[in-house]
Amino acid sequence: MTTSLTATPAAVDGPRGRKPRRRFTPATIMLYGVLIVAAVYYLLPLYVMVVTSLKGMPEIRMGNIFAPPVDITFQPWVTAWDSACTGLTCEGIKVGFWNSVKITVPGVLVSIAMASVSGYALANWRFRGSEFFFTCLLFGAFIPYQVLLYPLVILLRELGIFSTLTGVVVVHTIFGMPILTLLFRNYFASLPLEIFKAARVDGAGFWQIFLQVYLPMSIPIFVVGVILQVTGIWNDFLLGVVFAGNQNYPMTVQLNNVVNAVQGVKEYNVNMAATLLTAMVPLIVYFVSGRLFVRGIAAGAVKG
Amino acid sequence: MTSSVSVRDLNLSFGPLTILDELSLEIDDGEFLVLLGPSGCGKSTLLNCIAGLLDITDGQIFIKGRNVTWEEPKDRGIGMVFQSYALYPQMTVEGNLSFGLRNTRMPREEIRQRVARAAEILQIEPLLKRKPAALSGGQRQRVAIGRALVRDADVFLFDEPLSNLDAKLRSELRVELKRLHRTLKNTMIYVTHDQIEALTLADRIAVMKDGIIQQLADPRTLYNRPANRFVAGFVGSPAMNFLDGTLVEADGLPAFRTRDTVIPLDGYAQAERLEPGRPVVLGLRPEHIRLGPEAGNAPHRFEAQFELDEPMGADNLVWLRLDGHPLSVRTETVDGLAVGDRVPIAVNLPMASLFDAESHRRL
Ligand SMILES: Nc1ncnc2c1ncn2[C@@H]1O[C@H](COP(=O)(O)OP(=O)(O)OP(=O)(O)O)[C@@H](O)[C@H]1O
Ligand SMILES: [Mg+2]
Repeated sequence: MTTSLTATPAAVDGPRGRKPRRRFTPATIMLYGVLIVAAVYYLLPLYVMVVTSLKGMPEIRMGNIFAPPVDITFQPWVTAWDSACTGLTCEGIKVGFWNSVKITVPGVLVSIAMASVSGYALANWRFRGSEFFFTCLLFGAFIPYQVLLYPLVILLRELGIFSTLTGVVVVHTIFGMPILTLLFRNYFASLPLEIFKAARVDGAGFWQIFLQVYLPMSIPIFVVGVILQVTGIWNDFLLGVVFAGNQNYPMTVQLNNVVNAVQGVKEYNVNMAATLLTAMVPLIVYFVSGRLFVRGIAAGAVKG
Repeated sequence: MTSSVSVRDLNLSFGPLTILDELSLEIDDGEFLVLLGPSGCGKSTLLNCIAGLLDITDGQIFIKGRNVTWEEPKDRGIGMVFQSYALYPQMTVEGNLSFGLRNTRMPREEIRQRVARAAEILQIEPLLKRKPAALSGGQRQRVAIGRALVRDADVFLFDEPLSNLDAKLRSELRVELKRLHRTLKNTMIYVTHDQIEALTLADRIAVMKDGIIQQLADPRTLYNRPANRFVAGFVGSPAMNFLDGTLVEADGLPAFRTRDTVIPLDGYAQAERLEPGRPVVLGLRPEHIRLGPEAGNAPHRFEAQFELDEPMGADNLVWLRLDGHPLSVRTETVDGLAVGDRVPIAVNLPMASLFDAESHRRL
């Protein structure tokens, strides 16, 4: 066989080795074209915001919003953080920042803990009516917020936690549950059932299997859950306005108050700085954990 | 002999779907029982019922004389080994082995001793600090066996433990399992659909189909005297030949006729009690047919046509046509046979099996 192959001239003259790739096919030009346009579309506003936040007001009044700053100043950032006026008080956006931290951290922890345990129970400990419960959850994931707003206000008022930090954390947990539970259930259902059975034979109970066997296997999906919740809760405006109460307004609400303040001149540089400060947290979260996020999504969320 | 595991009238349904129906099984102390059957026949389901991993619909399960029907898996005195190893990926080998013991709050020193002993038996001592991902398939399966071993269980349950391994490793571990059974003398229930594993390992084999035990017997009986046509066809490789025909009387003696060929049932056990005229199936194993010169001066010889041969290493599988029926014969030599050649064959009738054409039961 081999001898006859090398003896044939066609086999020698024919293609051999790695297939050459053409650099500029119409397809690649299209692809890169679209990508570049999309990138510019998203990056240009960001660029404008950054340069504006570094200019003084006189320079802004000259009107060229694309020009880089001549005189770089960080004063707008300091003002935005420390002394910008939000409605009646002028303590900057830092109050909102700490409020958001106080809402986001417990909100994320509580909702992830509850959703992961429910997802695990739904996937591995079929109980009477668990299918029904699961269907309800699926349904819950698609109900628009606004429908539940008023009933929830009444519920929280009756519980005496309306306009408190606890109240807004509870609301975030409730709204996070359906989608997070689905996420966790699907991930746990994709883990090999035999591991679960082996653990049961080994005498591990509900919590032992969850904490000692499943949790260490599920870091990626927890990362996904944390990212979803951190960005979701941090970026939330509506629930914060309705449930948190004046003294607990999250950063997004305070940002709105800064930007939409009616009295005085509009300080564009301060507004831009405040906005960038508010966006900083989700941005950092994405940059730090982007790879893990993708891996987690690929590992479980789309399966099963 | 006391009974070690006893399954009585076991019933298991998933909703309207009945998987196991009125299944009963007695397994002796120290016995190596193999559950053999095609995919989907309910072998794993039965094993999971014994382990307590599935809630049974009806019936009882006894282990060591104790009714464990409602007990948790951990309280049944069983160890289980799974097909996919099912090791805990984030624990070291040592962690995997000791997990079950730690759950019982056993003193550390005893855990250490038991893990060390199991590791020694299975020769996995150098691997104790590794994670499962850093092990080969054979090593993983050893760890999985070790996990059952440390629990000092009365009964070991194996669910196709070797089927993810390559052929060579499989035969090595098979021997090791047999040796392990010799030393430990535990009761073992072993699920497989590999009949070589079943025949080599088992004290007794239960052949299952559609959730029903077709035959429960030692490997020799199972092979030589299959209880029905399904067992006959399922056990044995290359598979048994089946010839459709009827019972007739030839020269005053019972015989089997298919088309123009009449095979006297000379030497078939109790052939005289069979009434003529009955439609039957004759089962002949390839190694119970002799070919060409080997057929020699057997009293009854038949002519068949040569079609092709498959060399199988030690011997050959020769395909013939006997009166239109395909027939495989296992033989050591095939010399100078060409397609269409007529060759004499002789049948070893005492080793043959006759089945009723309708009920498929052995006659
Ligand atoms: N959770 C379940 N719900 C419904 N039917 C099931 C379930 N688990 C198993 N079955 C059915 O039960 C039957 C027996 O399954 P089982 O896993 O016991 O087969 P098996 O003999 O172990 O097969 P294999 O050799 O492929 O492992 C199959 O027909 C299967 O479809
Ligand atoms: Mg199975």
